[in-house]
Amino acid sequence: MIKVDNLTRTFGPKTAVDKVSFQVERGEVLGFLGPNGAGKSTTMRMITGYIPPTSGRVEVCGFDVAEKPIEARRRIGYLPESAPSYHDMSVASFLGFAAEMRGFRGDEKKRAVGKAVETCFLESVLHQSIDTLSKGFRHRTCLAQALIHDPEVLILDEPTDGLDPNQKHEVRSLIKRMGANKAIIFSTHILEEVEAACSRAIIIDRGAIVANGTPDELKARSDRAGAVLMTLRGPQADAVQQAFSRLPGVARAEIVLADGAKVAVRAYPDGSPLDSAFAAHIAQQVMGRWSWTIEELHTEEGRLDDVFRAITRSDTARDAARTAEAAAA
Amino acid sequence: MSAWTNIRTVVKRELAAYFDSPVAYVFIVIYLLLAGFFTFTFGAFFDRGEASLGAFFMWMPWLFLFLVPAVGMRLWSEERRSGTMELLLTFPITTWQAIVGKFLASWLFLGIALALTFPVWLTVNILGDPDNGVIVAGYVGSLLLAGTYLAISSATSAMTRNQVVSFILSVVICLLLVLVGFPPVTDLLARWAAPWFVEGVAAFSVLTHFDGFQKGVLDSRDVVFFASVIGFALFVTGVVLRAQRAG
Repeated sequence: MIKVDNLTRTFGPKTAVDKVSFQVERGEVLGFLGPNGAGKSTTMRMITGYIPPTSGRVEVCGFDVAEKPIEARRRIGYLPESAPSYHDMSVASFLGFAAEMRGFRGDEKKRAVGKAVETCFLESVLHQSIDTLSKGFRHRTCLAQALIHDPEVLILDEPTDGLDPNQKHEVRSLIKRMGANKAIIFSTHILEEVEAACSRAIIIDRGAIVANGTPDELKARSDRAGAVLMTLRGPQADAVQQAFSRLPGVARAEIVLADGAKVAVRAYPDGSPLDSAFAAHIAQQVMGRWSWTIEELHTEEGRLDDVFRAITRSDTARDAARTAEAAAA
Repeated sequence: MSAWTNIRTVVKRELAAYFDSPVAYVFIVIYLLLAGFFTFTFGAFFDRGEASLGAFFMWMPWLFLFLVPAVGMRLWSEERRSGTMELLLTFPITTWQAIVGKFLASWLFLGIALALTFPVWLTVNILGDPDNGVIVAGYVGSLLLAGTYLAISSATSAMTRNQVVSFILSVVICLLLVLVGFPPVTDLLARWAAPWFVEGVAAFSVLTHFDGFQKGVLDSRDVVFFASVIGFALFVTGVVLRAQRAG
């Protein structure tokens, strides 16, 4: 439904988005992750046709956004980054305006507004002027505008920004629910959100896609993914460290906690075929060789924010490399 | 959906926005007060001894010079500042429909303000027997004049998110369009420039073209002049809006 092909956008000498390509099908919720200034909003603005790309193309529901902008926009619901709205209007008249812009009149319009109001919990402020509303309500008013025509494609730029935890949860489950029969792209800084609502995530850094996969696939890229965390009673921390480092199949081991009575150790697999049964293997080895008591044992899943940081830290890594290069020259 | 429905939706929202805020009422009151003040004191309405609105219409180019940019300055600056431009221009409408819609709404608003000067018209009709044809021509001319200033304000408003800058820019441009046909300026110019040059420059002045309407002459050339300045300024608005997004 959304096809982004080699999308590039430069602002003067700066390349904001660099040859980005991806697709989103009906039934998919794509999480768009990246540090501030990575090019998330610019990409979304190009998908909605607000700004033209320097090169590359975007297709929405089969319509080229540059050539058939009106046809494409008709099928898109868009929540811009700062959730703008006309502050001098009331919520009801603002949504009425949005509905009319989408071609609804009379009863149809009333129904469309009513449904959006219900979905975004706006009944209580319907006749209030938008500039008297809290940030959360303003945000939801703009979200309601994006949903008013029940679009096939939703582009949401930080839809949970400025909401309280309950509202965040509400919006997240709304996105997940709607994702069943729409194609949705939403950007966020909050990694739990990706796990909670997305079927797929893209991490973008400095304008380029650096990772693209399901949340589980991404988590598996964490170096902690598959590591075993074991809590033992009895031994000294040094002894455990030494013993684990020498175990077959273990790449390295680190002591996570040592309080005299208990020692917690994390063992990383070295990538040999033992991987799948790594925890069992370690447990067997430990029980066979030493008389330590195993209190707790579990395999770690890997954490999205580790992956995120590892990938997008390239920022500093790249700068360091460049400085080194400059120094060498 | 047709272009006209889209434009009407934009017009409706814009007009409602005017009357929902105090701006509209403040503007109308100030406009009416100033128009009355200029007409009756500087225009010496009663001392003229004639039943006409000449004293009323002669001030319009000067009065509108400050009041119209005050109405037009927010047209696009405000949309950009508050981010609603991104919303408006990602609705399924073309940029032209948005530009024309916003322009028409403000023009309609100025038309309403102009219509509210009807007591002056009533006054001359009660006191004497004016040529109402001339008065109608004067009103048509004033409306076209207001539209011209407004279209220029629309263009300057698209250039900046700062309303004050937008206001000053449009006042300066409109002032230029007035001055090139203002007799004291043309006389000065005539001292060292050839007459064809002076006339050529004055042909670009709104004063030159407004003159006919004041005398009751509806000359198609004058109408074409105002219409083409409006068209050109709106075109510039579109070019500026597109250029900004293209970076």
